[in-house]
Amino acid sequence: MKLFSIKGGIHPDYRKELTSEKAIVPMPLPKQLHLPLQQHMGAAATNTVEAGDSVKKGQMLARGQGFISAAVHAPTSGRIISISEMTAPHPSGLPQLTIVLEPDGKDEWAELPAPIEDPFAAPGQAIRDRVAASGIVGMGGATFPSAVKLGLGNQHKLEILLLNGAECEPYLTCDDRVMREYADEVIDGARIMAHSLSAPKVIIAIEGNKPQAIEIMTKAAATQPNVEVVSVPVQYPMGAERHLTQAVTGRETPARKLTADVGVVVHNVATARAVHHAVRFGRPLLSRIVTVSGGAVAEPKNIDVALGTPVNDLLAFCGGVKDARRIISGGPMMGQPLPSLEVPVVKGTSGILALTARETNEAPTQPCIRCGTCVTICPCGLVPVEMASFIRHERLDEAAGIGVLDCVSCGSCSYICPSHIPLVHFFAYAKGRINALDRERRKQQQTKALVEAHNARLERVAQAKREAAARAKAQSETPDASKANA
Amino acid sequence: MSIVVDKSGPFTHAPTSVQRTMTLVLAALVPATLFDAWLFGWPAVFMFLTTIGSCVALEALCLHLSNKPLEPTLTDGSAVLTGWLLAMSLPPWSPWWVCVIASIFAICLAKHVFGGLGQNVFNPAMVGRIAVLVSFPLQMTTWVAPLKAPGFAESLGITFGHPIGLDTVSAASALGYVKTELSKGVPVSQSMAEFAHQFPLSDMIVGVHPGSFGETSAVLVLLGGLFLLYKRIISWHIPVAVTGTLFVLGSLFSAVDPGRFTSGSFHLLSGATFLGAFFIATDYVTSPVSKQGQLVYGFGIGFLTWIIRTFAGYPEGMAFAVLLMNALTPIIDHHIRPRAFGRTRKGEPLSLSKGES
Repeated sequence: MKLFSIKGGIHPDYRKELTSEKAIVPMPLPKQLHLPLQQHMGAAATNTVEAGDSVKKGQMLARGQGFISAAVHAPTSGRIISISEMTAPHPSGLPQLTIVLEPDGKDEWAELPAPIEDPFAAPGQAIRDRVAASGIVGMGGATFPSAVKLGLGNQHKLEILLLNGAECEPYLTCDDRVMREYADEVIDGARIMAHSLSAPKVIIAIEGNKPQAIEIMTKAAATQPNVEVVSVPVQYPMGAERHLTQAVTGRETPARKLTADVGVVVHNVATARAVHHAVRFGRPLLSRIVTVSGGAVAEPKNIDVALGTPVNDLLAFCGGVKDARRIISGGPMMGQPLPSLEVPVVKGTSGILALTARETNEAPTQPCIRCGTCVTICPCGLVPVEMASFIRHERLDEAAGIGVLDCVSCGSCSYICPSHIPLVHFFAYAKGRINALDRERRKQQQTKALVEAHNARLERVAQAKREAAARAKAQSETPDASKANA
Repeated sequence: MSIVVDKSGPFTHAPTSVQRTMTLVLAALVPATLFDAWLFGWPAVFMFLTTIGSCVALEALCLHLSNKPLEPTLTDGSAVLTGWLLAMSLPPWSPWWVCVIASIFAICLAKHVFGGLGQNVFNPAMVGRIAVLVSFPLQMTTWVAPLKAPGFAESLGITFGHPIGLDTVSAASALGYVKTELSKGVPVSQSMAEFAHQFPLSDMIVGVHPGSFGETSAVLVLLGGLFLLYKRIISWHIPVAVTGTLFVLGSLFSAVDPGRFTSGSFHLLSGATFLGAFFIATDYVTSPVSKQGQLVYGFGIGFLTWIIRTFAGYPEGMAFAVLLMNALTPIIDHHIRPRAFGRTRKGEPLSLSKGES
């Protein structure tokens, strides 16, 4: 298959060999599971159980609220200890409503929804409803509710479901292992998703540094005429949605549009496997494969982890951590630093990395020497050096004018910068600030509009009163006038 | 165990650093420097050391005056590089005070007045060179014939004392010779032939001919430049644009009137062409950041160098050309940006029909 080049990018030290040959192992349940009500993009779910309730495995604990949201289920049977605010697995460390479940050790299943007998004969909406009810979100890390994304076929004419097995982040091997160990489940899930999207073709893109996954997936896809496996070049950030779409199809998604606008929807391979479980067995999303790796981890592993497992327990299962400079959720390029080790594994946790100082290779920031490497490698065609200098002076409008909002935070510029300038940090700040200012501006406009409407209404009422009074006066005067005329 | 949450990712970093960049550039300059040290002898070595020494000392002084920490900046290698490049652009037997004055212009005025590393608009080494060139034209155009250097003690006198008997060893650089002859009415073709008789093409390529310290050996400078390209410290855009423009203009005009214009290869091999194209024009701080911008910038330098060499009073125009284009760098950067993903060159989102190819 003909591939297309993407601009820029970097070739970091991948270090996938730490875990790539380690088969997925299940992890025993911890003493407690902490299930945040928000493990996805969009609105938080609302709990449907209360403290003290006994729940079964697979039972819904919280229902999605609104259009973009996702349900939360019990990963095992047990008792709800509390529903209270706990530290979120987010760098802010802000509290977030979390269900605490104590497993009873029986792992008893609740009554699950019946499998969809022939998903390819079922209407697309039935698949989406099942995916929504199963709490499935994008498992590459973006955690966008999958059911919503599977509805893109309603407004767009789609040609390709692009299954993202690029796994371009260093260290992470969870998608690699999923493809190698559960190829049939992934492909079945992908075909169901394509059916729900009304996309005639499935292309599974895997970076060339995973030859076994490519081989196994190609073999598994051989019987499906509309499923194709392609090996894409090893080039970070190949796994970025728009860039992968461009590399595989040559189509460049216009700014402020979706890949669906060019006929492509991208889903992660682990999401496809979750869809397979939900549709074929009625099983909601209860666990995920997590890569625990990094030089500070005693025994790096790929682990099948129940959602809500505290990171502490996960690291202990891997023999503990020594000399970690950073502990990160996700990959080293786009992952988030963890505020505490008490936080749980959630739906978007693709990896937990404990990196040594040697691996993070941090150094004090030096002045920018304008080497221009950030410009050369920016996969979005932006000028990081200039954006950063605007942001440094709080000139956010100018930064936005040269595209800071188009930045996908892939981290290539920070990674390559010889002066160790935390460029992504600048951009993250600018994006947050610009969005906040924008919200404020909209709110002000709304308030202004409301006040104006209120004043106009009062004016109308007063006007009506004046008119009524005038009419009454005119009526009362009319007889006199007729008299006078008479 | 303490958990650090002080910045966003990435939490890994390429093995790049300012020091590494500077060190590689310095390494690339070593062969040409050693060659010219051999060619011009002890006075050149003293000149070289004086220039670098005063640049580093002045850097320390400026940092001290502006209350900045000394250690990180002094160890980044940038002052050494400025001094090194400045020394390479000076006549090999320059007296010490020319070196010091040039260093003051380079480090204090061109670099620290603008705010230090990364903030300067003009290439510090070239500012230093031009300042002394226009101030002390005699010293700055006194070239020595190769391999005529005296012994250690006498050399100390040349650099730090009163230069005596320079006339006995002085010679003209290729560009200077041709320019002088032309002003006397001797056609370029003839003066080029005469110079070539004195210093055959092989000498020009290897570098056995009069010129600034460091610029004479085209082949060793080119070798250093190729090393930087191989190490990806620089990209091909600026050197190719500079040398390509010079070569094409030289060849074109010399084909039209060989009596008036020097040839393309003469332009490439004489003066500071390769040193300028690979080491001076590629200075990160003062050149555009985008590749397209670098092509424009390189073209401008090649074009202006040719204009100055051909029509202006100075025989060599590389330093002037670099400074003039430095002044344009912010404008080039403002107007020439890469095309953003999903947008047109003007920054508008691509239209959907265009997005589907």
